[in-house]
Amino acid sequence: MDVRFTTAGDTAFNVEFGEGIDRPTNARVMALHARLKLAALPGLVETVPTFRSLQVVYDPAVTSRREVQAAVEAELAHAADARAEGTLWRLPVCYDADLGPDLAELSAALGLSADRLIALHGSTEYFVYMLGFMPGFAYMGDLPAELEKPRRSEPRVRVPAGSVATAGRLTTVYPWESPGGWHLIGRCPVPLYDGARPSPVLLAAGDRVRFEAVDRARFDALSAAAAAGRFDSDTLRATP
Amino acid sequence: MSTPCLTPCLTVVRPGLFATIQDLGRFGHQELGMPVAGALDPIGLRLANALVGNPAGTAGVEIALLGPALKVEADSVRVAVVGSMALSLEREGQSAQPLESHRSHTLARGDILKLGAVTGAAVAYLTVAGGFALEPFLGSLSTYVRAGIGPLGGKPLGDGTRLPLHRNDAPPGADVELPEPPDYGGGPVRVVLGPQEDRFTAEAVETFLSATYRVGKDADRMGLRLDGPTLAHTGSADIPSDGLVTGSIQVPGNGQPILLLNDHQTAGGYAKIATVISADLPRVGRLSPGGALSFRAVTVEEAEAVRRRQEQTIAAWVRAIRPVRPAGGVDLEALYAENLVSGVVDIVNGNGDILNREQMCGRAP
Repeated sequence: MDVRFTTAGDTAFNVEFGEGIDRPTNARVMALHARLKLAALPGLVETVPTFRSLQVVYDPAVTSRREVQAAVEAELAHAADARAEGTLWRLPVCYDADLGPDLAELSAALGLSADRLIALHGSTEYFVYMLGFMPGFAYMGDLPAELEKPRRSEPRVRVPAGSVATAGRLTTVYPWESPGGWHLIGRCPVPLYDGARPSPVLLAAGDRVRFEAVDRARFDALSAAAAAGRFDSDTLRATP
Repeated sequence: MSTPCLTPCLTVVRPGLFATIQDLGRFGHQELGMPVAGALDPIGLRLANALVGNPAGTAGVEIALLGPALKVEADSVRVAVVGSMALSLEREGQSAQPLESHRSHTLARGDILKLGAVTGAAVAYLTVAGGFALEPFLGSLSTYVRAGIGPLGGKPLGDGTRLPLHRNDAPPGADVELPEPPDYGGGPVRVVLGPQEDRFTAEAVETFLSATYRVGKDADRMGLRLDGPTLAHTGSADIPSDGLVTGSIQVPGNGQPILLLNDHQTAGGYAKIATVISADLPRVGRLSPGGALSFRAVTVEEAEAVRRRQEQTIAAWVRAIRPVRPAGGVDLEALYAENLVSGVVDIVNGNGDILNREQMCGRAP
């Protein structure tokens, strides 16, 4: 149960629970994150969970590293791994070739048919390890081992919003048009980020996701509804 | 001509190159991947707010490169500029007159405030007494242009942009000034090594702490690419993505360091050799392409002590704010304002009563 503290200047430090990307390590990150949210320590600005560490951000004009780390160590003694399960979401994906421009190349490289790749991608319930890169960008795992492939050597300058993509043992949906180096295998028609929603970001760290293949007609209908602001994202919840 | 504002506002009649609304940052939502953004030079913004009697974290206009021209569509307005830039006032029936920075100015309806080129630093700040009547997003008025997040559609000020004002007139009292422009200090930029200094060779750490780097041409609110000696990793440059802060110095596989600024991603997968201390963030936020910098390592305890001293210095600068004294004479009006109406311009605490502090202020970093 070794915990390592690393330093990010005089405004933050990291509590590291391990080196790898795995569920037990991440569960410890999320448990401490949850406890510190409730603790309301003076001068604590926020905590940011990532794969294997929790970044603790504090205001050095109000408190000090020594005080905050002591409080975090006290919370660590009480932080249990068990945690309420996050929301399970069902996200529609259209895997048509023009929406997933890397589907053919990726399936060839993996020695799979495109249909097999799509079936495997939809076969698993994914866990949201963390968010980062852009608002609402969720790092989800674990991808079936047959689909593991490092990111593209040449990242794209422009990845369309909604692109469903894989890299290593992870998968994601790009919430924004942005640069990106992951393999694009499909497109999700519903917004992962919507500034008009009370909570603009759909997926939270600790949530779970299932991808459900939809045909082009359904994709177009959902895209149109979302563009017109007529899409209720609560319908994506698999658990009430 | 555009139609006049029905509510008090400043209207952009000539856009600058890159002016955005910023406060002290959108903290508290990084777990959603939401960048903090906020003023690159928080000292500049805080002092500009002090000059107009606002709480320190009230949103102002951050001006990079070249400022806009703003027309006053309110009975009157008090503004302040902190930072080195050319300023002038066009008033109906009068010839254009230059204005000084590092002080407040009371403008009348129809005046056009022309903000020129920013010199000597990457950014300067304009504030208005009472603040802008804009809707905060997730508790902050900071603008994150890459994703269009924040006030004004998350965009820089454009031609015709209206900046609504909370006040229709300037608060009572005389205009005030900082006796001196703020001194940001010099010498090497201070860093705390880590969080991943153990991912670099001993020679790389030594090089990093002894070489002179220059800000490359890829420099924006996200970060500064630094040109100089490359830094070797002991193994791979890649780590499982973890948290970033403003001031993180990450080193990708090519060995060229990148100093991350306020619009940085919330997490990243490159090893970070060091982190700029909070007291030196305003200095690095003011750097422009071509600017030189070197680094010196300090401990966290030293960094915290430096920051505490800096806060005392800023408080002293705010206390030293005084009514404007015209060159070569006694300004009776200012003397009256200082002696008889003291407290009207409450510099230290700001006119907090006229503002909803929760709405106006980003949480301080």
